[in-house]
Amino acid sequence: MNNKSGWWLNVIVLPVANICLAFLACVVVLFALGINISDAIMQIYQGAFGSQEGRGYTLYYATNFIFSGLGVALAWHAGLFNIGGEGQATLGGLGVTIACLSLDGISLWLLLPLSMISCALFSGLWALIPAWLNAYRGSHIVISTIMFNLIASSLLVYLLAGVLKAPDQMSAVSNTISTDSALPTMKQLLALLDINIAATPLNISFIFALIASVWLYFYLWHTRLGFETRVIGFNEKSANFAGISRQRIVIITMLLSGALIGFIGLNEIQGNSHQLNDEFVAGFGFSGIAVALMGRNNPLGIIVASILFGGLYQGGSELAFNEESVGNNIIFLIQGLVVLFCGALQWMLKPTLEHWYSTFSHSNSKNKAA
Amino acid sequence: MDAAFSWILLLDASLRLATPLLFAALAGMISERAGIIDIGLEGKMLLSAFAAAAVASITGSAWQGLMAAVVISASFSLLHAFACITHKGDQVVSGIAINLLAVALTALLAQRLFLLGGMTPILEKSERLPVISFPEWVVHDGSWWSQLYWQLFSGHNILIYVVFIFVIVTVYFLKYSPWGMHLYAAGENPTALKRAGLSINRIRYLAVIAGGAICGVAGAYLSIGHGAGFVDNMTVGKGFIALAALIFGKWHPVGVMMSCLFFGFLEALAIRLQAVDLAGTGLVIPIQAIEVIPYILTLLVLAGFMGKSSMPAALGRINH
Repeated sequence: MNNKSGWWLNVIVLPVANICLAFLACVVVLFALGINISDAIMQIYQGAFGSQEGRGYTLYYATNFIFSGLGVALAWHAGLFNIGGEGQATLGGLGVTIACLSLDGISLWLLLPLSMISCALFSGLWALIPAWLNAYRGSHIVISTIMFNLIASSLLVYLLAGVLKAPDQMSAVSNTISTDSALPTMKQLLALLDINIAATPLNISFIFALIASVWLYFYLWHTRLGFETRVIGFNEKSANFAGISRQRIVIITMLLSGALIGFIGLNEIQGNSHQLNDEFVAGFGFSGIAVALMGRNNPLGIIVASILFGGLYQGGSELAFNEESVGNNIIFLIQGLVVLFCGALQWMLKPTLEHWYSTFSHSNSKNKAA
Repeated sequence: MDAAFSWILLLDASLRLATPLLFAALAGMISERAGIIDIGLEGKMLLSAFAAAAVASITGSAWQGLMAAVVISASFSLLHAFACITHKGDQVVSGIAINLLAVALTALLAQRLFLLGGMTPILEKSERLPVISFPEWVVHDGSWWSQLYWQLFSGHNILIYVVFIFVIVTVYFLKYSPWGMHLYAAGENPTALKRAGLSINRIRYLAVIAGGAICGVAGAYLSIGHGAGFVDNMTVGKGFIALAALIFGKWHPVGVMMSCLFFGFLEALAIRLQAVDLAGTGLVIPIQAIEVIPYILTLLVLAGFMGKSSMPAALGRINH
């Protein structure tokens, strides 16, 4: 691109084209599998947004996607690739469960901040170890966070088979936290305003996720620390010249990133299932990568992408129920394709678009000259 | 005698569990030696395990299943190479995309083709890769050498013998063939390769595709060698353990072999010690404690606490 007038090509057209390509590829795959596309789209849309219940579930799933996407995006701005979301969310759930079970009986006003702090501490510290290994020992952050995912899953299975196992249960689950300790649902909250909605697992974590998004925006673009984070991510060398300590930024960023992803545990455990089980993370920790890529690492973009993914998750499971057992695999498929086309192949269309643009603007200027 | 036999059984199990790790880790090694990170091992293993079982079940031929596994895994590696080399995409991101796609595609295809809730039909013995029995050189008595011969050396799936031959071939290839030299240079010093007038991209493409093909064998071993059919998400992190073994083995074929055998041994030990009361003390070693040893060792190696980590210098970097 020689002239500056085409800046929007890389900032707007290319990302949108990539997303379209991902969805097109998804349609092609589903078509090849013999699924009726227009029926499926209608069913997913109906399932996700067609009813009050569907919308509630969509936003409930979107909450997980927002937390996960924010965490990945924050690390990304510091040039770090945090793919330890699964492990961090696991530890977050553990922190919430331990807080809720051991502080059972105290007022929810007191319990809520405590369980949130416990959640953030558990997941943040779980991300802190790979961060320390990266900052001070030069370990590859991707590999160490993968290892911490695997360790977290072993740890959870171990705890649920022993210390945390509910004695009266056959399956590996913890004791149930009492209904007084559970997060207020949106239904309860809106009932205070005399608004009646269908009962869904949607709870106040959704509001908290929105607050976290706003916070992340201010943190990254309006604080000194956020500025330093972005400088590190942009160019490590010049950051060093400017006297920014990479080690300090890596530690702080990963701590916050892990804590954000850990709040999946808050939404899942204290918000919905009310007991710890060994598969509550269910891929939400990994999804952050797709969400952040689609949302261009921008909080607003992440919210939009999360609602879309939440809808696909909810609508996709409806599809599983009514037609054939397609299950959650549609959401994994679309996530994979989004990661592929918006991430790994994000520059693939660039030469083509630039060629079209220059042909177009060239012929335009010729016309003007004539 | 009893103790010796039990050790032999344990080593026998270790061998069987180490084989898929070894194929996958060697696959990853070839790709990473050329400078391309391979996080997608897990996904490619899953895809090839499904392809092998599906084709073996449809055609009735295990060899065709193996071919399908190799082709599928290699084509996803081609995609990886296309994204990472041609379009200079992020190698980790591309690998994650492959892992996500693998979970979805195998589950959807399995449901669509076989209507068994994400599984393939259970395979007959004739639809699985053959087991090799050694000649009757040792009599079947209870002696330990007879046990050693018949339990540990003879009677394994053909791929177990293939993998060790493959290790030897890889050592030779890396050390003595010009190809090995080029591969090494592509990962350590691509500029030198360029100055010598060779195409870095061509070498990297070939390495990534070759790695994919070998990873396909790992997947085939799971579903039509060791196992008898594909089960939903049957790799359960084996691709990541292979990655760990690759790092623990410091990107060298013999090191990788030793670490895979060790990790296989730990896995076998964990299965054996499940709820075993140690010396009647009531002390049970939690299997998870053994499970995490490979991960912790890998972290220690990465952090340089156990010797120098010899990661290829240009790994993950494409800027030429």
